[in-house]
Amino acid sequence: MFARGLKRKSADGEDSPPAPPSYSLQRQSLLDMSLVKLQLCHMLVEPNLCRSVLIANTVRQLQEDLSLDAAWRLPAPPGAGRGPLERLVSTDILCRSPWEQQGGHSAPDSGGSPAPDLCELPGAPSAQAPRSAPGCAWEADRPRGGFQASLDQILETLESRAPRAAEGLFADVDGPYYDLDAVLTGMVGAKAVPGDGFEALASAGAPPPGSSCKRDLGELDHVVEILVET
Amino acid sequence: MPSHRVPSEADVISTVEFNHTGELLATGDKGGRVVVFQREPESKNAPHSQGEYDVYSTFQSHEPEFDYLKSLEIEEKINKIKWLPQQNAAHSLLSTNDKTIKLWKITERDKRPEGYNLKDEEGKLKDLSTVTSLQVPVLKPMDLMVEVSPRRVFANGHTYHINSISVNSDCETYMSADDLRINLWHLAITDRSFNIVDIKPANMEDLTEVITASEFHPHHCNLFVYSSSKGSLRLCDMRAAALCDKHSKLFEEPEDPSNRSFFSEIISSVSDVKFSHSGRYMLTRDYLTVKVWDLNMEARPIETYQVHDYLRSKLCSLYENDCIFDKFECAWNGSDSVIMTGAYNNFFRMFDRNTKRDVTLEASRESSKPRAVLKPRRVCVGGKRRRDDISVDSLDFTRKILHTAWHPAENIIAIAATNNLYIFQDKVNSEMH
Repeated sequence: MFARGLKRKSADGEDSPPAPPSYSLQRQSLLDMSLVKLQLCHMLVEPNLCRSVLIANTVRQLQEDLSLDAAWRLPAPPGAGRGPLERLVSTDILCRSPWEQQGGHSAPDSGGSPAPDLCELPGAPSAQAPRSAPGCAWEADRPRGGFQASLDQILETLESRAPRAAEGLFADVDGPYYDLDAVLTGMVGAKAVPGDGFEALASAGAPPPGSSCKRDLGELDHVVEILVET
Repeated sequence: MPSHRVPSEADVISTVEFNHTGELLATGDKGGRVVVFQREPESKNAPHSQGEYDVYSTFQSHEPEFDYLKSLEIEEKINKIKWLPQQNAAHSLLSTNDKTIKLWKITERDKRPEGYNLKDEEGKLKDLSTVTSLQVPVLKPMDLMVEVSPRRVFANGHTYHINSISVNSDCETYMSADDLRINLWHLAITDRSFNIVDIKPANMEDLTEVITASEFHPHHCNLFVYSSSKGSLRLCDMRAAALCDKHSKLFEEPEDPSNRSFFSEIISSVSDVKFSHSGRYMLTRDYLTVKVWDLNMEARPIETYQVHDYLRSKLCSLYENDCIFDKFECAWNGSDSVIMTGAYNNFFRMFDRNTKRDVTLEASRESSKPRAVLKPRRVCVGGKRRRDDISVDSLDFTRKILHTAWHPAENIIAIAATNNLYIFQDKVNSEMH
């Protein structure tokens, strides 16, 4: 599904044509490019709102794709017989946003199973179903600091330059950012607060196997276990 | 504020429009100027040569402005020109930049009064003692003078950038559309307008879709259509409600799952929508195709034509260099049997709806001399390559034909290629393969 035309890795003297960049590399490159585009607002003239909205929607899609991807990786280690091409082929996964996958427990095809909406199906742990949820657009497979910083910069730029254009497009990403240490040391409150609990677990980078929004120490232990194993 | 543009950029043509008879052709450019061409009557001496278009009038429509509140420049670029139906000897047109619409009246003066009693020929007061008798001033012919005057300025109606204007068939009202709103104006009233569409979300964070183009139905004064960046068309009826947020009909083609990519939404964004002259169909342009829609069928277009499908594998590069955001226009011929749109490398494409044949032509000085027949061009995508074929990789993406117009009745087309205007008066049939 991915277009050619991206920069390719050097072949290092090989005679055979270089392999096309991996899907995740292409996707990352596209995401970086999109963020740069959003940041480069014209200094004197108001940015084109249509263009900004289209780029922002593309970024959202990439974010969703990244988050789906990360969700699959932990239950099954990466590279376990699944190459990037196969993920490319599973277009139905690419097509469907996390919201559309509510309640679906279809058998995993090459792309992995869809994720039930955490907030809507409490208390039904599922061993390997990956997790994602609308409005909590987190991704776990790259340093969040860098990404967060870029987004903040964009927001700032957009707001100062053209307050009406693309205001806070990524507001849904500015949830609390708990780092792993906080989670592991149980710093994230003792009370079961659905939102906080979920975000804390989410930011740990490990999708909890349980689908409950309520925080559960048992689940945290399980999360730590998985992290340690991988 | 100093302009950062190189001088030639002001000459880039940004809109082209024939008037209702085709006698006049108006162009607008990035520098805020409007140039009107007039078709010369066919010469009796050379009956075979059709009337050519010569410059009729040039005027500065819009000037650059500075919005002090936002610290932003308002470009003087003319986004759209629309002619009013002619109601008397004068011609009127609406021209708009991002924020302000202006009504211009174009009149001719070919006579002037002579023989005043109190003033002499140069306008100086006469010495009354020299006046011995009274005379009636008479009109004498003079060299034709075309005068243009701004009759109305419709300002402060839009927060966002105006992308379309359309004159209603009632000839009294018109609409202007920006990214999020559409306003209805009366041609005689400048201090207020009615908002008829508003898709601005309460929270701008929720913004995911904008208005890209809009047009009134050619015959039904209550109907209009607007297109969106998500590829949908909404046909609205002004009789149904004051605020036409609820569309009467939503035209949307389901996505093709086999062609899906991260660019699917961007390439589905409709850059132009035009009603057919008959009023039965709509023509839309998105990045790779032109589509014909039947007003009675909302589920999918009745015809889809590939403009340059060979670009589908290049979308990432085109996204990188921003070409994927280029907004191409489309046009019907007078009988609604042929549709036309521009492409890259100064190519433009025509599709015959009846024969299903299509042709690619080029607008350039090198490849066309006056009165020469245009040679069809071909883009090769691998496989056999003919002598004059162009390969996809050697297409010039800086030379793009965004603006095209078709004479309302005859086979005359106007093509804007950056800062050059080409007018072709060829018979369409001889150009098809």
